[in-house]
Amino acid sequence: MTDRTYTVALMGNPNTGKSTLFNVLTGLRQHTGNWPGKTVTHAEGECRHRGALYRIVDLPGTYSLYSNSADEEVARDFLLFQRPDVTVVVVDATALERNLNLALQVLEMTDRVIVAINLMDEAKKKGIHINTKKLAAKLGVPVVPISARNREGIDALLDTVDAMAHGRIHTTPLSIRYSPEIERGIAKLLPLVKELMGDTHPARWIALRLLDGDASLLQALKQPPQRLIKEGNAYACCGSVKSV
Amino acid sequence: MAPAKYCRLSDTKPGDRFRIEKVDVPDPVLKRRLLDLGFVPGGEVKVGQRSPLGDPTAYRVCGTTIALRKEESDYIYGEKIHHD
Ligand SMILES: Nc1nc2c(ncn2[C@@H]2O[C@H](COP(=O)(O)OP(=O)(O)OP(=O)(O)O)[C@@H](O)[C@H]2O)c(=O)[nH]1
Ligand SMILES: [Mg+2]
Repeated sequence: MTDRTYTVALMGNPNTGKSTLFNVLTGLRQHTGNWPGKTVTHAEGECRHRGALYRIVDLPGTYSLYSNSADEEVARDFLLFQRPDVTVVVVDATALERNLNLALQVLEMTDRVIVAINLMDEAKKKGIHINTKKLAAKLGVPVVPISARNREGIDALLDTVDAMAHGRIHTTPLSIRYSPEIERGIAKLLPLVKELMGDTHPARWIALRLLDGDASLLQALKQPPQRLIKEGNAYACCGSVKSV
Repeated sequence: MAPAKYCRLSDTKPGDRFRIEKVDVPDPVLKRRLLDLGFVPGGEVKVGQRSPLGDPTAYRVCGTTIALRKEESDYIYGEKIHHD
């Protein structure tokens, strides 16, 4: 038995099968909750694999983390303040181009990412072949093909989650190079951000958001939402109805 | 302003196909949102149905249907794709 619970966040575009995967992983033993102050609901549940306990969090589907809708702020704040042990980005195998936008954004925030390519059955039907090895090499993180509705690939996904949670996987997330002007700005801000925030937050990402004038992020950093402060243990303040 | 040879996405009709040349939005947050929704230069849009009240309109872009209001599609410039 392990002595701690690992947090696994499910992220992805709307309608990519996150909740389907969530239900497969948690066996429908979900606690749903309404985050105070937001109209957005999220679900969390538990999953046991190879003796370890995982807290699975189903985040709202978003196309981005930067457009400042309530859903996107919930997802962004969760990554930023909860810092899940593993973030699984669930992407639609039949619309990779669209879905990878969010995946790249997540890779800028955390290196503990697994890309789960869902709806592989649908892709097969449409004659779409995905070279997951090549994609994993390009993204610098594990890529696991699944079909959540048919419960295919779930064990492989959980094994990868297990390996990442226990520090057995070293990732090299694709880091986007911006124009020289932006890179100069990042370089200038980086030491200041690090001094202010320490090592607990993704400094390059925060510098980028500052350059972008992301007022919503500044607000969140000034006042980390109470419910998301790690020490407070989010369980307690989620107001979740436990319906085991 | 985008050059006059481009038309706005809001000027298209259901059934039209449109190639995006420029997303020229004064509000950076809206610009970001449109790009994130898949309205990127070079991208192709298929114009779907208009809601009964005339707004919003459904657009098929990057494999998904997205509804935009006129004050959003006004900022997306490009050209209609004609079939031969
Ligand atoms: N063919 C196929 N369909 C799937 C698969 N996984 C999920 N679906 C279907 O995709 C649809 C969306 O699934 P959800 O689990 O609700 O997607 P979601 O990502 O939670 O959606 P949002 O919460 O709206 O972002 C449902 O109709 C599912 O049955 C799969 O592996 N194959
Ligand atoms: Mg869902």
